[in-house]
Amino acid sequence: MTTPPTTMTTPVMTDVPPRPPSTSGGGAPNRSAAAKFRKLVTNRVGSAVAIVIAVLWTLPTFGLFVSSLRPEADIRSTGWWHVFTDPSFTLANYERVLGGATSTNLAVYFQNSLVIAIPATLLPLGLAIMASYAFSVLKWRGRDWVFVGVFALQVVPLQMALIPLLRIFSGSAAADAFPFLSLWVAHTIFALPLAIFLLHNFMGEVPRELIEAAQIDGAGHVTVFLRVMLPLMRPAIASFAIFQFLWVWNDLLVGLTFSGGSRTIQPLTAALAAMAGDRGQEWHLLTAGAFVSILLPLVVFFSLQRFFVRGLLAGSVKG
Amino acid sequence: MSFLLYSKNGQLVLALVAFAAVFVLLLLIAKLAERATGRARGALMVAVFGGPALALLAVGLIYPAIRTGWMSFMNARSEVFVGWANYAHVFTDPGGVIALRNTLLWVVLAPLLATAIGLVYAVLIDRSRFESAAKSLLFLPMAISFVGAGIIWRFVYEYRGAAQEQTGLLNALIVWSGGEPVRFLQDSPLNTIFLIFVLVWTEAGFAMVVLSAAIKAVPQDIIDAARLDGVSSWQMFWRVTVPSIRPSLVVVLTTISIATLKIFDITRTMTGAEFETQVLANEMYDWSFVFGDNGVGSAMAVIIFLLVIPLVIYNVRQMATNRAVRG
Repeated sequence: MTTPPTTMTTPVMTDVPPRPPSTSGGGAPNRSAAAKFRKLVTNRVGSAVAIVIAVLWTLPTFGLFVSSLRPEADIRSTGWWHVFTDPSFTLANYERVLGGATSTNLAVYFQNSLVIAIPATLLPLGLAIMASYAFSVLKWRGRDWVFVGVFALQVVPLQMALIPLLRIFSGSAAADAFPFLSLWVAHTIFALPLAIFLLHNFMGEVPRELIEAAQIDGAGHVTVFLRVMLPLMRPAIASFAIFQFLWVWNDLLVGLTFSGGSRTIQPLTAALAAMAGDRGQEWHLLTAGAFVSILLPLVVFFSLQRFFVRGLLAGSVKG
Repeated sequence: MSFLLYSKNGQLVLALVAFAAVFVLLLLIAKLAERATGRARGALMVAVFGGPALALLAVGLIYPAIRTGWMSFMNARSEVFVGWANYAHVFTDPGGVIALRNTLLWVVLAPLLATAIGLVYAVLIDRSRFESAAKSLLFLPMAISFVGAGIIWRFVYEYRGAAQEQTGLLNALIVWSGGEPVRFLQDSPLNTIFLIFVLVWTEAGFAMVVLSAAIKAVPQDIIDAARLDGVSSWQMFWRVTVPSIRPSLVVVLTTISIATLKIFDITRTMTGAEFETQVLANEMYDWSFVFGDNGVGSAMAVIIFLLVIPLVIYNVRQMATNRAVRG
């Protein structure tokens, strides 16, 4: 390649704006005009591709939302894009999925999901923060081996532990008195390996001098944990909390198996999946129901996007 | 009292109070243990901080996983030892073979497509004026559950007979441009591809976020050097960007593969595993919890586990090299 380095010929530190690209040949060789043309085309094609992807990634959700606001008869007869030419909106679908007859009422499941997700976020978080302190600050024999073991547990798919874990709970008095207990514990267990691994990594980045300085001042482990670690870990804790909340809220497998189909504890996803199976053509209910279920994650996601991205980049991804 | 025990919100409050009490208690024990001396002190500290989590993992994950491995060699009710019969069943049963074939398709196509789309998009919007808004658009589906995504896309794929007006977006477009409506979810084997696309739709955002960060971390001097050599943007992409972010690409690919192996929600919501769309994870659910055959169900869980292991090892090794490279 023989193109001269353009940076060398550009005068440095002047107020003269860069020359606009000239289309009248002049002294410029043909090759550079062709290059400019090619660049323009790739830019155009590139932008077009980006726009197509962006549309494909948002339009389906938008269509669902628009449909959920249309009258039942309209949803049955025409596509949602007809609202642009013939707008008619109603909240009737939401009234049915949030307050209608029991068989189509999702409000109770929304509450179930909240009751499941809040403790199932806080419990693993608390346990994992404490455990990661044991793995990164405390010094004990065999520590690194145990840590590798915990890390390796991430390999175990949910499916692998499901049936025996279910058996541990089924029929026990505690499970009868506290129907949500098995869901909280199951979600906690499945979250722990990743949570401990991530929080341990964050804790490892806290400068040792800070801990030593506190210890010289006479602080014990409890004080170091509460006064030094917790404040410094706040961003890491926030991103993991968001992940875990979204994970539990969106989970179907644990919700389905551990609720045993019981209406009193089943989460929203399980109820929605059942609705999709039994009432697959009742789109006025499905669209509104689906939107009810994705509303909270979307709000969480958009308000806390910063932490979400940070968490993603730290490798906090589960499947 | 009855509020706490017999209403949902009551149980929620009770749980939160109980959990908080446990944490306070643990820290109090640790505080007291600090007065102890010598070995006992260190052991107590480890027990207080690490003990609860480790105990839960042992009882709730390690023991059940071993038990599932054991159950995969037992009959449906885990009473009689049957050797490899359950595994043989998975590989010979016509339904099982379809599930294995589809799972293979999923695990090959979904990560590749999601990563490719995420990468292209990340490159295209890099340093553009709308970069952060454009990113939000692509990873918005990440916040949506697979059940939600399944319903969203079932609506897009909706099919009506040719005589009726199409209400699904895709079929409306096809009819509008003069084609015949397509039964996206019913006609095998393409229906599996259309299901896979739903996973691509939810995972591309993850690929894009990670790869975008990797692209931004490519050292500026490499890019400048390539520019000096006058490479085109196409060459820049293949010869500079892709090799520089190779470790991140591998991590993204393997992470999505691992997730793909465990996916059952999409199939369940969109086709109910009918029309030859069954996948291993959903079949595992059906055998264990619908047909009540713990033997075959456990064997399928073990197969998923065995398929995941090499991916995880590769993923972890790649992450370790990433760290080493970044320093």
